[in-house]
Amino acid sequence: MASLSIRSLGKRFGPVDVLHDINLEVEPGEFVVLVGPSGCGKSTLLAMIAGLESITTGEIRIGARRVNEVPPRDRDIAMVFQSYALYPTMTVRRNITFGMESRRVPKAAQAAALARVASLLQIEPLLDRKPAQLSGGQRQRVAMGRALVREPALFLFDEPLSNLDAKLRVEMRTEIKKLHQTLGKTTVYVTHDQVEAMTLASRIAVMHQGRVQQFDRPRIVYERPANMFVAGFMGAPAMNFLPAALATVADRPCVLLPADGAAPVALPLPPVAGEAALVPGRRVILGIRPETIGLAPAAGAAATVEAVAEVVEPTGPDTMVVARLGGRQVIARFDPDTAPDPGDRITLALDPSRACLFDADTHRLI
Amino acid sequence: MSEAVRHDLLAPAGGWHRRRARLGVHLVLLAFALCYLLPLAVVVLNSFRDLGDIGRNGLLAVPRSFSLAHWSVVWNRFCVSGGCAGIAPFFFNSLAMAIPATAISTMLGALNGYILSKWRFPGSQTVFLLMTLGVFMPGQMVLLPWAITLGWLGLTNTIAGLVLIHCVQGLSFTTLFCRNYYVGIPDELIRAARIDGAGFWRIFLRIVLPLSPPILIVTVIWQFTGIWNEFLFGVTFSSGAHQPITAALIGLATTGTSVHQYNVESAAVLIAALPPLLIYLVGGRYFVRGLTQGAIK
Repeated sequence: MASLSIRSLGKRFGPVDVLHDINLEVEPGEFVVLVGPSGCGKSTLLAMIAGLESITTGEIRIGARRVNEVPPRDRDIAMVFQSYALYPTMTVRRNITFGMESRRVPKAAQAAALARVASLLQIEPLLDRKPAQLSGGQRQRVAMGRALVREPALFLFDEPLSNLDAKLRVEMRTEIKKLHQTLGKTTVYVTHDQVEAMTLASRIAVMHQGRVQQFDRPRIVYERPANMFVAGFMGAPAMNFLPAALATVADRPCVLLPADGAAPVALPLPPVAGEAALVPGRRVILGIRPETIGLAPAAGAAATVEAVAEVVEPTGPDTMVVARLGGRQVIARFDPDTAPDPGDRITLALDPSRACLFDADTHRLI
Repeated sequence: MSEAVRHDLLAPAGGWHRRRARLGVHLVLLAFALCYLLPLAVVVLNSFRDLGDIGRNGLLAVPRSFSLAHWSVVWNRFCVSGGCAGIAPFFFNSLAMAIPATAISTMLGALNGYILSKWRFPGSQTVFLLMTLGVFMPGQMVLLPWAITLGWLGLTNTIAGLVLIHCVQGLSFTTLFCRNYYVGIPDELIRAARIDGAGFWRIFLRIVLPLSPPILIVTVIWQFTGIWNEFLFGVTFSSGAHQPITAALIGLATTGTSVHQYNVESAAVLIAALPPLLIYLVGGRYFVRGLTQGAIK
């Protein structure tokens, strides 16, 4: 088990800056997920940690050791690839022992390690098969086995579940989490799937355009996103963004939300970090998660707005309602029993205590 | 039934109309096959005929005689290129030239292809481009440079000299073949192996080479037939007892004797053509498969 620290890391491919000033301190035993849309640089960052890509600026330390110039084989890491990268001409057994063979581990130790991993992942019956004779899920297991057998200081996963079908993906996700809880190894996991990030991570690093936007516990990233990109990326359906303005009503600061045809609705202020930033008249964006919008029993109550239900999408456990509010589209998550019908005029109850305020210009959380 | 299907002459089963169309196609193909096979048939038949029979009835005639003797005569007794041990020594010269040259150029091509596809370095694309230019360079252009080089190395009129020439000349093709095949091997395999602690050679020997049989078979067939049948370098850079069989066959046709021994010459030509034919019969299946593999992917 080892810590991982990434300091002022930068990567440049020719004239293109791919990563800018990345700083991450990963504690021993942590499960850190790098998440972001494709092209955000997360896979490049992982390849740099693995030593498969060179470092342009900054440094990477695994444990106390600076590894910038250390080749992959000497970094004490193991990696699971998106395509699994199983050696096609070797049996499962040889696939798993290939690394130990390359490192000249004695045969007896190899056999013991193989037996341990095979029973852990329940792949004993597959040991003499070739990768082509395995199903997607089995290949995934073997790829994990090849990584686990190393007992490395650091585990790296590069979108390991994206080639599996939806059902298997959920199963393997649970299994990876269970494995991490059993083994407690420091892990860095790359995915573009925000659900995977939320479920697996002890901390999430959300990346966009080569920068880490936020690095924090999943709950914080979800509830207090650092900016509108993070807020929009994490969570499905995405957070609703409504342009609004700050104001003072009856000596109390509040948010004025434009409403259809009527006077703006004054909402109590959501939690904010700095009171000093609350200048009346300041243009802000109100961020509201779909599940924090409820149906108000009657119009006129506190923190309610009138809207028209336009589209109703039942998903089973929840029903998503797309409504029009102040000329904007908002998505709300309702209980199927209370969901309105399309065309209904509804009164939405907003929960300001669970909303976020962003600056209208910088898009940063206030 | 759609138009497209009705006009597919080779579609299986079906009515009289389609059977007749298919028969027509087969007859045309058969006619072409006969055209191509006729010269071979003439040579094969003549190799078993007596000289008297050939003289009386002409080269293109139904055989009236049969003898295996000419084959053994040309193999170990016939006088050619200043010796009278038949064409056997030249046949073995060709083997001694083609086998090492094929093996070396194929292995070097595989190694080049591996480096140029999986261990790229600044300028590796340029190196690859320059190497493949060799594919388009006519052999006549390099005769003089090779003559000088062989002279420097003291390899003039040796089998080793010819092996060297064929290795170097073949490198463009073998590198091109292997590089294009290896580009199709996912880079993640190489990355995984690097993390597993394997180095340049272990990755090549344990991961890349085991994936290579299709392209290696193509390369070996291509190189072996090319080198075996090659004539220009053989006749230019060797003489006497060191000639490969293609060069020696010329000596056969230009012997001082007034009468052409067509039966013996036919047998000689057939013996000379046998090894590439055999190698193609054994590996031909893989040859076509390997050649198209890169194209389809």
